[in-house]
Order: sequence, then C-alpha cells, then structure tokens
Amino acid sequence: MALISDGRFIEDAWRRLADEEALPKTGKFIVSLPRLEHAVEVLGPTATFGVIIPNTTEPSALIAALPRLDLISIAFPAFADGRGFSLARLLRRAAFKGELRASGRLVADQYPHAIGCGFDTIEIPDDLAERQDEGQWRAALNAYSMSYQRGYAGRGSILEARRKAVRS
Amino acid sequence: MTAVDLRVAQRPNAPMTTYRYDEYDAAFVSERVAEFREQVNRRLSGALTEEEFRPFRLMNGLYLQLHAYMLRVAIPYGTLTARQMRRLADIADRWDKGYGHFTTRQNLQYNWPKLVDTPDILESLADVEMHAIQTSGNCIRNVTADHFAGVAPDEIEDPRPTAEFLRQWSSLHSEFSFLPRKFKIAVTGAAHDRAAILVHDIGLRVVKNDTGEIGYQVVVGGGLGRSPFIGKVVGDFVPREDLLAFLEAILRVYNRFGRRDNKYKARVKILVHEKGIDEIRAAVEAEFAAMDRSAFDHDPEEFARIAAFFAPPPYESLPATSALLRAAKLETPAFANFVDVNVGAHKIPGYAIVTVSLKPIGGVPGDATSEQMRVLAEASERFGFGELRVSHEQNIILPHVKQDDLFALWSMLDAAGLATANAGLVSDIISCPGLDYCSLATARSIPIAQAISKRFSDMSRQRRIGKLGVKISGCINACGHHHVGAIGILGLEKKGQESYQITLGGDPTFSASIGEILGPGVTAEQVPDVVEHLVDYYLAEREEGEAFIDTWRRIGHARFKDVLRREGEDGADI
Ligand code: HEM
Ligand code: SF4
Repeated sequence: MALISDGRFIEDAWRRLADEEALPKTGKFIVSLPRLEHAVEVLGPTATFGVIIPNTTEPSALIAALPRLDLISIAFPAFADGRGFSLARLLRRAAFKGELRASGRLVADQYPHAIGCGFDTIEIPDDLAERQDEGQWRAALNAYSMSYQRGYAGRGSILEARRKAVRS
Repeated sequence: MTAVDLRVAQRPNAPMTTYRYDEYDAAFVSERVAEFREQVNRRLSGALTEEEFRPFRLMNGLYLQLHAYMLRVAIPYGTLTARQMRRLADIADRWDKGYGHFTTRQNLQYNWPKLVDTPDILESLADVEMHAIQTSGNCIRNVTADHFAGVAPDEIEDPRPTAEFLRQWSSLHSEFSFLPRKFKIAVTGAAHDRAAILVHDIGLRVVKNDTGEIGYQVVVGGGLGRSPFIGKVVGDFVPREDLLAFLEAILRVYNRFGRRDNKYKARVKILVHEKGIDEIRAAVEAEFAAMDRSAFDHDPEEFARIAAFFAPPPYESLPATSALLRAAKLETPAFANFVDVNVGAHKIPGYAIVTVSLKPIGGVPGDATSEQMRVLAEASERFGFGELRVSHEQNIILPHVKQDDLFALWSMLDAAGLATANAGLVSDIISCPGLDYCSLATARSIPIAQAISKRFSDMSRQRRIGKLGVKISGCINACGHHHVGAIGILGLEKKGQESYQITLGGDPTFSASIGEILGPGVTAEQVPDVVEHLVDYYLAEREEGEAFIDTWRRIGHARFKDVLRREGEDGADI
C-alpha cells in the first residue's frame, strides 16, 4: 500500500489490525467497523485509533464514537463508486476533525474530488502507485486553480472570488 | 448589471444575447483541456488503463464507437453564437469529415475524430467558449433548456440563466462526478414544455407563487431507456435561493442510495420507482434540513450577473404584422408553406421565430455539413442578431428574425438546401444513429427515418396530416426518444433479423405519456407501410383540429390496433 498526502507519497504511521489480532496498548492502529464498539469500550482515552468503514455506512452509526476517533478510512470498492465522496462530506458535517482517508484503487485524477469532499489522505495498492507516480498525483492536485462550488475544501471558490470583485 | 461592469467582457461585433466567459470560466475550461491532454498522454504511456481512462474521457465527451471515437460537444441550453457555429464548422472540416450531428440533448457530435486530435479540438472549442465537459459519463450532464427561451410568448421567465447557473455549479463537482449513472437536468420557463422536462432525471419548471415570487417546481425520476418513467414532483415550489441546496440534497440521496449493482437499474428513476416518491421526498427534505445552507447562501448578485447576459437584443419597434411578408407569401407559395410550418410567434411584435429543419426528405436527421453550418451562422448575423439555438428535435432555430426579413432569409436557406418546410410534421423525425454508428445498436434507425421521410415526400400531404412526432431508436436505450413519439419506433434484433416495435401515444410535454405497443414487431421494409396505414386511419377518423395524438387519445389504442390487424388479414402481411 502507498499513502498520498499533500501530493507526496509518505510513510504510513498507521497500522491496519487484522480482526483476530488483539488490540495493542500503544501505537496508531485501525480497526474494522464491527470491532469499533468494543475498541471504544476497552481502550483508554489516550489510545490513538481509527476505523475503516464500508462506503455504505450510515454516519449515524459512528456519531457516538466520533470524538474518540483519530482516523476514519472509507473503503472505495471500485474507483468509480462515488459513495465515499458523499460519506466523507457527511462525516465532516458531523464535525469529524481527524484524518479522513480514502482507501482503494482511486486514480490520481480523483485527487481534487477527494480533497474537495474532505479527505486528507489516499491509500492505494502498490501496483497502482507504480503506474501513477507521485508526479501524477501532484499534477492532479494542481490541475485546477479554483472550483465552481462553495463549501467544498481545497481550491478557492469562483463564486466567492466574483463576489469579492463586486464588493471591493 | 450594466455595460460598465468590468467583469463582463465587452467585444466588438459580438452578440450580447448569451453568456460570455469571464476570466474564471476561461481559466477553468483551459485547465480542463490541459488536464485532458495529460490524461490522453497518460493513457498512451500506460499510466492509465483503458478502464481507468474511460470515465475521464467520457466526462470530456469522448465515446468509443463502432468505427471510431465520437466526440460530443456541449451546446449549453442550446444557445450558440454565429462565431461558435463557424468554429463547429471549422472543426468538422479540419478534424472530421466535414459534417456534424446535432443530437436530442443540445449537443453536437463528431463521428470520426482521432484520439490524439481531441485535445486540440477541445482547445479550439475553448477558444470560442465551448467545451465537451460532462456530455457523457456518470455525472451531471449538459443542462438543457427550452429552445425558444427568451422569445416565446408563453414564457414566465427565460430558463437559460438558471441553466447557466447549474452548468457552473455542476462542472467538475467534487462530490457528484462518480454517480451511479448519468444525470440529466432540463429547465423550462414556459407554459408549454418544449424541453421534455418530465423525462429527465430532474426537470425544473419556473413557476410563480401567489405572492408573485419566482421559484421552481422540481420533478425527479423521469427518463427513457429500457424502463421509461414520467418524472414525479419532489418539490412543488422551491424558492430560487434554495435551488442549489435542494438539488444538492437530491444528488446526495441519489449518490448514496442509487443502485450500483446493475447499471440498468442505476438511474434515479429506478430509485424513485423502487422506494416511491414519498420516501424519496422525505429523504431529500431531511437532507435539505440537515445541510449547512450558508454554503449556498444565495447570491442574488451572481444570478443577476448571469441573467444580464441574456438580455434581449436591440429589437426595433415594428407593427405586429408585416405587409412585406404578406405580399411575399402570396407571390411565392413555397415560401408561404415554409412560413406556415416553420415560423412561430415571437413575443415581440414584428418578429418571428424560425425553425431551420435538419430533416431534408431522405436525409440523415440532425446532420449538418460544415457549409450549412456556415450558412446558418451567416443567416443569423444578417437576420437574427447572430444568435442560434439547437432544439431537442435536432433542428436549428433562429430566434429573432424580423418578419420583413423572412423572405430574404428563406431565399438564403433555400439555396443551401435548408428550407425544408416540415418542422413538427411527419418527416421531422428524431432518430438516433443506430447500427450505422453505434456499438450498442440492435437495428438500423437512420435508414428507417429516411424511408419514412421518402414515403411522405409529398409536402402537401404532410401539411394535411399536421403535427406528428415520429421518433426512432436503434435499441432499447431509447436515444431517439421513441417512448415519447406519437409514433415511436424501436429497432430490435430477433433471431438475427431486425425487427421494429411500434408504439403509439407517446408525448414528451407537460401532458407526458409513454407510448403503448401496437403489436408484434415488423420488418424494416414494412415500417413505412405501417406508419402510412396508421396515418391514413387517423386522417379518416380525426375531428376538426385534432392532431394524431388527440385522435388516438379520443378513440383509443385498441381501434388503431384493429386497423393493423385487419390490414394484416387483408394480405398486407403486417
Ligand atoms: C452513438 C453513440 C451513443 C451511445 C453509445 C449511447 C448510449 C446510450 C445509452 C447506453 C443510453 C441509456 C442510458 C440509460 O437509460 O441509463 C442512452 C440514452 C440516451 N441517449 Fe444515447 N447513445 C449514443 C448516441 C446518442 C445520440 C446521437 C443521442 C441524440 C440524438 C443520444 C441521446 C440520448 C438520450 C436523449 C437518451 C435518453 C434516455 C434517457 O436519458 O432516459 N444518444 N444513450
Ligand atoms: S438508442 Fe441504442 S442504437 Fe440508438 S444511439 Fe442509443 S444506444 Fe445507440
């Protein structure tokens, strides 16, 4: 797996726990959704952990755990399955402030979409990272100077810019 | 906004009746071209697999077809300037085979571009403020509108500012570019629906409430394809300031819950059908209530900025009727026929709306040569403030022609083979490309259109028959809108043979209905015979003032079925 953040391939500080693995005492780790409730119960307030969720998860199922989570990874079962984008928006709306990660075979060209919807990092398989190197991800990040939407992250909004032009 | 607004680019000789890009729009479109150029390079280098490249080329209008790539260029809300039309002609000459095909969704298709040329074509389009963005793919498609927008006497409000507002909002939307399936929006602001809004994923109708405030009736879940549905009302009156938020709520519900397990069940129409409109309305309303609407904090200045571009051209004040026109009609019967059939009422006295038919008898519906495109551009400059429209019936409209100029315009069109007087008549056929171009086709459709058109080549007979929508698709995907044809024709394949299923009673307007099947399929050769029998029966049965669909509605489907059965028994073998 390769991890992209701010247009660079970086070392992943997080470890995905297999379901049969015991919860560790230290370190950053990611549990599956079925284990989340248990993890929240038994882990102390200082534990640093996250969860990986299917893109069909109802955000309400996570609300109680949100303040405890430092990372949420949304699985993209196929790169063209855009449900994860809406789910990311909803989690940000629910005031999730931790790292939001898209995990799957996303292609570089989707980077601005992911950023716009509130993702911080993208996790892709190695074979894909080999074909789509860092340069392509960085280029995608800078492909557009602005966007037509408002309230989406990343680029500046054209509507805002026009509004400023009138009012100044 | 006034002429001193610096954000509005002023150009000499440019018509002022449609939207002009500002620096942000121009930058956006050129960034899109640059991105696509890189995507093509990365496809060629292998960085992108074909599967990965596919959604991105589709979102730039590039399809892989039977013989070649096909590039679909957007003509947002159907409005074109003369300059843009000339550029479409130049592109056809330089990179294609000298013609283009106007489609049923206010797009223009080139059938033969090369992959490596497409970035240059897109750049050439960007130069005249055009693009191919989102004319294809599982995203919000080119927003369409009434082709008589701004000039129709029955209009509450010009729908084009709304359509342009939505074009911008939907362009490269972060969240809604990987939907379960394509998503089409159409807008009308008139009492009569010429934009087929009830068969779109979202149809918007500008309405006024009791206090005179403008808002939108929002209809969701219409569509054609293999399972046709008429859209249902999801919002009766959505105030303008809430429109974007409301649409975003619908799209979010669809993006999350639309089916992705089966691409034939992935359109929003299936979601609406399976859940029921009440459940969908509740979900949309809940989402709308939960949204942070400050992000949409409606910007009346932005809407006004856009609306100002669609200001009426400098009309002269003229008498309501033209003596010149009357005299010319008396003198030249062919011209009189053209005026009676192709010319419509304009909201300004002394002006007219002219439909230029791209359906010459025996021709390919919607095709125009580069030469014809240039003639149309020239005609619009001489007689119509340099503005043209594309209709979903695949014709070209000159929206502001002085009645006094009609004869000169007709003469010019006639010399270019563009004066076919059949707008709305039986030979004004909508047809998809079918087996001649399309890889999904199960049967030919263009040759069927040509055969019907030739069968009715007697124009006086066509006029006697009156308004009649014949629509043909070459497969179940229904690109030719056969479901909403008064006579619909669907080409299928049965045991290696083309077989045509005929439906009657389809209607794309506010009185929308899906056509009903007439009987067993017929062969390609029989289609013109069947159409002719149906038409003859209608002529025998019709009452004063009835169009085909009215007679069909009055006397019922069964009677039409009977006719055909009888004809079959008489040995006509239908
Ligand atoms: C030649 C290549 C084409 C291909 C491969 C193609 C493919 C398709 C497919 C697969 C559908 C069904 C989608 C669905 O129901 O989910 C469809 C629908 C449609 N297409 Fe095409 N099409 C082509 C050309 C055209 C042309 C030339 C036009 C216009 C003349 C057109 C206009 C439409 C329209 C209006 C629909 C309406 C169905 C709806 O939206 O409910 N298409 N097309
Ligand atoms: S209706 Fe079928 S044959 Fe015709 S263009 Fe659409 S997909 Fe092709």
